[in-house]
Amino acid sequence: MKIKLKIWRQKSLSERGKFATYEVDANPEMSMLECLDVLNEGLIEQGEEPVAFEHDCREGICGSCGFMINGVAHGPLPATTVCQLTMRHFKDGQQLVIEPWRAKAFPLIKDLIVDRRAFDRIIASGGYVSVSTGSAPDGNAIPIAKEAADESMDAAACIGCGACVAACPNASAALFTGAKMTHLGVLPQGEPERHLRALRMVTQMNEEGFGGCTNIGECTGVCPKAIPLGVIAHMNRDYLTGSWVERNKTVSVLTPVTDWN
Amino acid sequence: MELNSHIPEGPIEGKWDKARFDLKLVNPANKRKFSVIVVGSGLAGASAAASLGELGYQVGCFCFQDSPRRAHSIAAQGGINAAKNYQNDGDSVYRLFYDTVKGGDFRAREANVYRLAQISVHIIDQCVAQGVPFAREYGGTLSNRSFGGAQVSRTFYARGQTGQQLLLGAYQALERQIDAGAVTMFPRSEMLDLIVVDGVARGIITRNLVTGKIEAHIAHAVILGTGGYGNVYYLSTNAKGSNVTAIWRAHKRGALFANPCFTQIHPTCIPVSGDYQSKLTLMSESLRNDGRIWVPRKAGDKRPPSEIPEAERDYYLERRYPSFGNLVPRDVASRNAKAVCDEGRGVGETGLGVYLDFSDSIKRLGKHVIEERYGNLFEMYERITSEDPYKVPMRIYPAIHYTMGGLWVDYNLQSNIPGLFVIGEANFSDHGANRLGASALMQGLSDGYFVVPYTVGNYLATAKLGPVAPSNADVANALTSAQQGVQRLLSIKGKRTVDSFHRALGKIVWDDCGMSRSAEGLTAAISKIRQLRDEFWTNLNVPGSGEDLNQSLEKAGRVADFFELAELMCIDARERNESCGGHFREEYQTPEGEAQRDDEHYSYVAAWGYKGYGNFPELSKEPLEFEYVHPSQRSYK
Repeated sequence: MKIKLKIWRQKSLSERGKFATYEVDANPEMSMLECLDVLNEGLIEQGEEPVAFEHDCREGICGSCGFMINGVAHGPLPATTVCQLTMRHFKDGQQLVIEPWRAKAFPLIKDLIVDRRAFDRIIASGGYVSVSTGSAPDGNAIPIAKEAADESMDAAACIGCGACVAACPNASAALFTGAKMTHLGVLPQGEPERHLRALRMVTQMNEEGFGGCTNIGECTGVCPKAIPLGVIAHMNRDYLTGSWVERNKTVSVLTPVTDWN
Repeated sequence: MELNSHIPEGPIEGKWDKARFDLKLVNPANKRKFSVIVVGSGLAGASAAASLGELGYQVGCFCFQDSPRRAHSIAAQGGINAAKNYQNDGDSVYRLFYDTVKGGDFRAREANVYRLAQISVHIIDQCVAQGVPFAREYGGTLSNRSFGGAQVSRTFYARGQTGQQLLLGAYQALERQIDAGAVTMFPRSEMLDLIVVDGVARGIITRNLVTGKIEAHIAHAVILGTGGYGNVYYLSTNAKGSNVTAIWRAHKRGALFANPCFTQIHPTCIPVSGDYQSKLTLMSESLRNDGRIWVPRKAGDKRPPSEIPEAERDYYLERRYPSFGNLVPRDVASRNAKAVCDEGRGVGETGLGVYLDFSDSIKRLGKHVIEERYGNLFEMYERITSEDPYKVPMRIYPAIHYTMGGLWVDYNLQSNIPGLFVIGEANFSDHGANRLGASALMQGLSDGYFVVPYTVGNYLATAKLGPVAPSNADVANALTSAQQGVQRLLSIKGKRTVDSFHRALGKIVWDDCGMSRSAEGLTAAISKIRQLRDEFWTNLNVPGSGEDLNQSLEKAGRVADFFELAELMCIDARERNESCGGHFREEYQTPEGEAQRDDEHYSYVAAWGYKGYGNFPELSKEPLEFEYVHPSQRSYK
């Protein structure tokens, strides 16, 4: 099958980008990323620079890959990353417009690659249980209801790819942040730090330049792990309660770093 | 070279206690004066960096990905073993130890494996405390399943995403230390060389993958947790970025490489569909708990599976191994799949596949039970193949999944270069010639959380380490050689792409140093590898420059190292005149076609020393002694 690719090319953040159009002979069984591999092999052979795109595990779990296909983060198939999206979901001769995630908090590095370190800083601002190695009680010491473990797991499945931010008209990171707060917040292990965690993570999220959430729901619609929208309600509730309970605490933020030197 | 494994004296159950008492401690106030570099941020690297940060050392952690959370540990599906005996089914530390030594076909160190089994129970506690959402029973206790050839249920799991959840636990512990200022993270940084000053490891050279800048980082000790080298085969279940570069460059600086030919083939992967294929996708081994593996009895039977009557199906694992059936260890399952395909009984378009059939389990347990157990895996299979495994049997075929070989380390996980520690899949130590399911996660976390923090402390407390000036000649040499290496790749300006070389190399290694090997094939493979390598260095085409993000350049450096590694693997495989675990030499098999070990001559670790580019490496042997588990022919009949 023939596929037309209209791809965003930009050498670096400081240079202007533009779309370039290519045509690829694709096989319906290959993945979207394998289709880009074929394009790149051809480009290199013609002496051109290949399209830079992020990828690693290619089985939908590492969260490295992701770009917009015809305006939809990770493309048309629900709950699927671009590495697992096979070309049989497109029509022969179809044109695919491929763009990087666009958000102020995700500055572009090259072509389809963006800087998502803001996500790491959100986790560093409290997305953990403060337990040092060696100080854990027996694994069965605290029973956890199956329902709670399942709810926690539903949220913990987040792969941190950034599709939620890219899909949101406000470039909000509420689904990502709420997912971590829900993962830890519904477990007894996460309870002691629940409110301070909410306060710190939301403050960091705002500091990074992500927009506010207006409950549109596009984030959960494109999420490759189908993280439920309810995690945002969880975040808002913990943030509100936390703002009162922890009102005497100073909330520190990590400085957003965007350069690579 | 004389290899001292530094195994503590005394009975096996007391060795680790004795070691921990004998290991010297660093005064709490002095810890912040020591800096430690951790390369890799997977289960081993992230857990080590976090734990060392908690103890008070200054830690720098490096990964080539954009975030430490991407490390390939994240893709492990099935679970993690621990000798908790929560199921009251007769498990114990000793049984886990016994199973692992036997499963490794008696090519692992007993003392290391025993320690791993002891520590396994603490790992589960630690992960639960971090908030890892393991599967639970309705009463709130942890759930277990039996996995990968074990007859007890000792595997803890979080749906089909256990690796992801354990890694996120370690990643969060790491981020907590970054927040506390104890760890500095260097993402998008690739290690290009090890800095050795006066015979001890004192730092690394890295390339910043965004700016291209090549820099030296100095520390008091270096820990490599950089994973395995399965991508030498090009097609494997490893992530595309997984590579051998960090440990290979350390090897070229003098670290011994142990048992490079011990590679693991995983029996349940989705078969290859075409030339464009970039990687293979694993289907969790847990599927073998409820799926039955079969092929048609007759060769060349191309009927769809639903039209092949029961009497014309061969459930070959159940037939050959009645007591373990479909749950035989990975090496046995893989080899049998290859054997039936070689007989022309393979299924699917390519004939390289066998059926994994759930219809009996669905009849017995109901579709909802199978859906609850494997729903996400079935979905993944359907997404990739567009076949519904609830209706049509899955097609599976073996693929490279894990490498048991790696840098040689002693009981303290220190290589033969003082100050260089190697953890997780990157070392060789615990799995012998075959790794049992659900034990890679266990080893990574054991090394990182509970072993290396003690043993690095002992090293720092006893070594006399002066400051290293940036102008030091060894540092300057390492910097220059890394810069020249990059320039050399860019200056070839040939015609052929890196991927095309990598694909061709992978095919040679898979054909001759994969599921079955022979002296003749290995010799031929070595000359084919050398020929292709010569072409690589004269006809490689790397576009772009070294001053910005250049993915072709990154790949080229890694493939150059795979070429050298591939040759060493073949040399090691040819030298080991026996079959054991994943290393199957056609010349050495029992009349029934099982692996035939030669304990009299090959009960040792083969540790290879680098002797210069293209020169034959030097072999040192560490004899293996079995005081507790008496070597026997593995039988799963």
